[in-house]
Amino acid sequence: MEESLARTPLHALHLAQGAKMVPFAGYEMPVQYPPGIMAEHFHTRAKAGLFDVSHMGQVRIPSAAAAAFEKLVPGDIVGLGPMRQRYTLLLDETGGILDDLMVTNAGDHLFVVVNAARKHADIAHLQKTLDAELLEDRALLALQGPAAAAVMGRLAPELLSLRFMGAGQCRLAGIPCFATRSGYTGEDGFEISVPADAAEKVATLLLDQPEVMPIGLGARDSLRLEAGLCLYGHDIDETTTPIEADLGWTIAKRRREEASFPGAEIILRQLAEGPPRRRVGIQPEGRAPAREGAEILSGGKKIGSITSGGYGPTVGTPIAMGYVATAAARAGAALELMVRGTPRPARVAPLPFVPHRYYRG
Amino acid sequence: MLRFSKDHEWVRRDGDIAVVGITDYAQGQLGDVVYVELPEIGKKVEKGKEAAVVESVKAASEVYAPVSGEVVAVNEALAGEPAKVNADPMGEGWFLKIRMSNPGELEELMDEAAYKDYVAGLS
Repeated sequence: MEESLARTPLHALHLAQGAKMVPFAGYEMPVQYPPGIMAEHFHTRAKAGLFDVSHMGQVRIPSAAAAAFEKLVPGDIVGLGPMRQRYTLLLDETGGILDDLMVTNAGDHLFVVVNAARKHADIAHLQKTLDAELLEDRALLALQGPAAAAVMGRLAPELLSLRFMGAGQCRLAGIPCFATRSGYTGEDGFEISVPADAAEKVATLLLDQPEVMPIGLGARDSLRLEAGLCLYGHDIDETTTPIEADLGWTIAKRRREEASFPGAEIILRQLAEGPPRRRVGIQPEGRAPAREGAEILSGGKKIGSITSGGYGPTVGTPIAMGYVATAAARAGAALELMVRGTPRPARVAPLPFVPHRYYRG
Repeated sequence: MLRFSKDHEWVRRDGDIAVVGITDYAQGQLGDVVYVELPEIGKKVEKGKEAAVVESVKAASEVYAPVSGEVVAVNEALAGEPAKVNADPMGEGWFLKIRMSNPGELEELMDEAAYKDYVAGLS
C-alpha cells in the first residue's frame, strides 16, 4: 500500500476484522472482509451492515450562510426544516455537477456530507462565497439494513423517532453523536457522525450487536447500484446536468421559478424541452455483466455508454446504469451493450432495481 | 501431472489433452464468481494469451492459456453455476480442455511445490 494514502480512524479495526484494504479516493479503505462481497451484500439486505465512510468530507456551514450556500445548489436550503436532511447538488455555471451531497439543518449550522474525492475542491468552491469548515476530527459510520432500527432501539432509542432524512443527537457508548436516518443502500438505516478519537469505541459497540457485520466498499457499490443511486465521478460529473442525470427532482419548485441556481438557463431549458440524453437503468439480458465504459448501441448505432455496471446479488443478474439518447430512454427499450467486442442484448429498466425500504414513519 | 502458471492457472495433463482452470489462490483473490466466458470449441489458443474471462461482483479478469493448442471442450456447467469456480476450483470448476500443439510447454510451468512458494512470496 502506498505511503501517501490517508487512513480513517477505524484503520486498525478494519485490519483486526481481516479486511482486504485498497486505495480509494486517497484513502486506504476496506473493499471487503473475509465473508466476501456477496455475503456482505446479502447481510446488509437481510440484517444490518456497518460501513466506515469516514473518508467522506463532513462540512460545517454556519446557518447565517445558508442563503449563500443555497445559491450554489438547486435545492431549497433556506426552507429546510430544523433537523431535516436533503440531497442536493453543487452546480457549475454550465449546469454541470461538481458534487452531490447531503445537507442537514442542524440548528445553528448546516451539516454537509460530501464525496471523499471532491472534499478539498468543494471546500475551496464554498469558501469563495461563504464560511465553510471541513471537520477533520470527525469519523462517519453508516449502519444500514432492516435490523438497523432494532439495533438503535437497544443502543440509542432516542433515534427511533427519526423518519427518513431526519436528524438527531444521540449517545452511543456514552459518546455524543449526530445521526441522520439515511444512507446509500436503499435500506432503512443511519449515518452517524462521531468524534474521530471515539470512532473505534462506537464502531466496536455496533459490531458487537448480533445483527451487525462490517461491510466493505465492494458491497457498498453493489448495494447502491441496485438502489439506483449515483456514484460521483462515474454516473454524474461536471459533464452531466441534473436533468440528464434524472435528478430533476432535486430542483425545488421555488428555485425553478426564481431560476436562481448555477446553470439555471441550461437546466431549465432541458427541463422544458428534454435533455439530449438521460441516465437510465439497464438490464443485460444474458449473464455477462457490462462494466463502466461499455458502449450502448441501438440499431447498431452508438447512443451512449455504461457509467456503472456489475452484478446485482439481490437481483441475481447483471445490472447497470448509463446514459442513452433520450429517444431510447423509455423503460423496455431494446439496446445492445458492447462487451469484449460483442454486442449483447439489454433493455432499459426502471430504477431502482431493488425497491427502497426507507422508514417514512 | 499438475502444473501451474504465474497467472494462477492450473493444468492437468491427460495424454495430449490439457485440462485448465484457475487456482484456489486465484478464486480467493477474485471473490464470488458471477460469470465465466468460455471460448468456442475449435478455437486455437496461444500460451500466455487470453482464453477465457472470469467475472466477480467487482471486476472482469482474463484467464490466459497456459499452453498452446486447440480448445476441444469447455465446462458448460459454469454457465448456470459460475460459483463452482469458488467452491471447487481444481475440480468441478475447471474451465476448458486444450489439445496441446506443443506439450513441451508444460515444462516451462511450475510444479505444485514451486507454485506454493510463488504464492507465498506474493503476500
